[in-house]
Amino acid sequence: MSKYYLNYLDELESEAIYVLREVWAQFDNPVILFSGGKDSILVTHLAKKAFYPAKIPFPLMHVDTGHNFPETIQFRDNIIKELGVELIVGSVQESIDEGRVAEEKGKNATRNALQITTLLDAIETNKIDCAIGGGRRDEEKARAKERFFSHRDDFGQWDPKNQRPELWNIFNGKHFEGEHFRAFPISNWTEMDVWNYIKRENIAIPSLYFAHEREVVWRQDSWIPNSEFLVLEDHEEIVTKKIRFRTLGDITITGGIESDADTLDKIADEVSGMRQTERGNRSDDKRSESAMEDRKRQGYF
Amino acid sequence: MLDNNQLLRFTTAGSVDDGKSTLIGRLLYDSKSIFEDQLQSIENTSKKKGHNGVDLALFTDGLRDEREQGITIDVAYRYFTTPKRKFIIADTPGHIQYTRNMVTGASTANAAIILVDARHGVIEQTKRHSFIASLLQIPHIIVCINKMDLVDYSEDAYNEVINQFEEFSSKLLVQDIRFIPISALNGDNVVNRSKNMDWYQGAPLLHTLETMHISSDINKVDARFPVQTVLRPQSDKHRDYRGYAGRVASGIFRVGDEVTAMPSGFSSKIKSIDVLDESLKEAYAPMSISMTLEDDIDISRGDMIVRTNNKPESSQDIEVMLCWLNDNSAKPRTKYSIKHTSNDQKAMIKEIIYKIDIETLNRNTEDKSLNMNDISKVKIRTTKPLMVDSYRENRTTGSIILIDDTTNETVAAGMVV
Repeated sequence: MSKYYLNYLDELESEAIYVLREVWAQFDNPVILFSGGKDSILVTHLAKKAFYPAKIPFPLMHVDTGHNFPETIQFRDNIIKELGVELIVGSVQESIDEGRVAEEKGKNATRNALQITTLLDAIETNKIDCAIGGGRRDEEKARAKERFFSHRDDFGQWDPKNQRPELWNIFNGKHFEGEHFRAFPISNWTEMDVWNYIKRENIAIPSLYFAHEREVVWRQDSWIPNSEFLVLEDHEEIVTKKIRFRTLGDITITGGIESDADTLDKIADEVSGMRQTERGNRSDDKRSESAMEDRKRQGYF
Repeated sequence: MLDNNQLLRFTTAGSVDDGKSTLIGRLLYDSKSIFEDQLQSIENTSKKKGHNGVDLALFTDGLRDEREQGITIDVAYRYFTTPKRKFIIADTPGHIQYTRNMVTGASTANAAIILVDARHGVIEQTKRHSFIASLLQIPHIIVCINKMDLVDYSEDAYNEVINQFEEFSSKLLVQDIRFIPISALNGDNVVNRSKNMDWYQGAPLLHTLETMHISSDINKVDARFPVQTVLRPQSDKHRDYRGYAGRVASGIFRVGDEVTAMPSGFSSKIKSIDVLDESLKEAYAPMSISMTLEDDIDISRGDMIVRTNNKPESSQDIEVMLCWLNDNSAKPRTKYSIKHTSNDQKAMIKEIIYKIDIETLNRNTEDKSLNMNDISKVKIRTTKPLMVDSYRENRTTGSIILIDDTTNETVAAGMVV
């Protein structure tokens, strides 16, 4: 008898496709939250698989902090064109201009927390009832408790102590007017699984993930890229290093690592030998023990 | 990692002080699955709390309330990989009020680890956890007799626990039970073989998890395909394509198979099985596929495609073992929403046949209430027929949840008898 079981990547893929189809069946107006990072690219790829030969039946939504890597925006626009899907942009700059939020002040100011308001505004204006995210439970300890279908109240808030039990693969997406859900199809994937799958499926990802020469500054234990938004401290100095990024986010807080990995094979090898978590290079998570939990409760990704 | 490596999901159950968090921390630590920055953060916290050395249990504490109280409140999922397998741990709390979380964690598990403190032996909680594991039909149970270091690594103490366990487990329906003497604190028989227990001939825990046979846990006989959605592309190239999208719940479907759509009863043959632009000859559980049929018959979400010569029961009256998961107790004669595979109906609890006393496993036919954490056998009537198999034969087509329409919360989980 030939083998009638799936290997771990096929099983994760099948599970994610199942979740995406449930989202489509249970909600009226879902979107994929698209940041241009590998996890949201992966979710988009899985959505293509879930609905082929039909088009992905929902738009991609980008919450734009205004502090972008130009490569990410280029990549986003290409993928929109290739898939023929709609793009919705929620702009943090607009939220600031409209006085909905105020820029943080001080040395470590970022627009990270401001995204929450922009995201929730975009969800409300566009009447979105489910936002599909690339969050993974292995990323961070608060995320380890997420459901596949995660309820948000009419303030967009997450109540981790009062989550709906999620049994077998039966998802309860029932909600009242004004509430919405977050859905996480790749909950059970680890960073290593993501890379192994991207390699196997040969999925296109932004060049930023591959080792390249770049002007950077050493800040909070990682290499922060030079950009028009970077304000140098007195003791800091711009140098050129061969680096790559493990995660992509706001250019002002996404740190790179020194690396020679310039192919998917080399990246997968490098990741398998890593001794630091990928979010270890994200200064947004370093603020406190429960930084992620606090942001998630308020409505963060 | 090899391409044919499988995924194994297991759940851990134990009382508050059985050392469950320590065991998971030990598994992750000794299999080198803890990153340096995570370890650093645990070391800092251990120091702050005045612990000697690293408190591995801290690794599994997720939410702020848990870190403050030092207990696990909700199901948390952990991941690690060895050269042989990928593992998903559903780490569930052991307190009595959190039975619902254990049921949740157990619902998708291939294996359950039940922790017993070697000093105390089998206690009520052990029985409760074992009962839930058998009720949820977890195929493999591993009883870890922990804290062997505190009973001088005594073989007699180990055998005593096995005797106690076997005395009551004969009443349970479990296919595969194994026993391993461990010390999570010191690492004996967790990842590495213990040097303190020469008398134990079996494998350490990790090796057991890596090698246990799980491919036959899925039902390969009864072909069941609940339809999630219908794919109808609008493009010129695929104008006539009508694909039924879903995940194979059990069994094997092959192109050319004679199939019947339920509940309509119309039959046809499988024309193609598609995944992206690739056509397959066959599909089996748990693959997500799109299926096309030779004939144009009316099929939509909630319907189930099955092989014509092997159909599930179609009924409006089902008997289930129901676990109540909500603070609001069940209200008699109330309509709930019921979800079964992709099918969404209304249902009413017609009769509570008996409640299980979770401490003694005795049946109580007098108590007709359904409160949080109660497990009862009930009769349910639905507005339209459901296509069900018994849970023992099929975990996917034999399971249901109930939703309270006034709160939209999932209030109960049921297993078809």
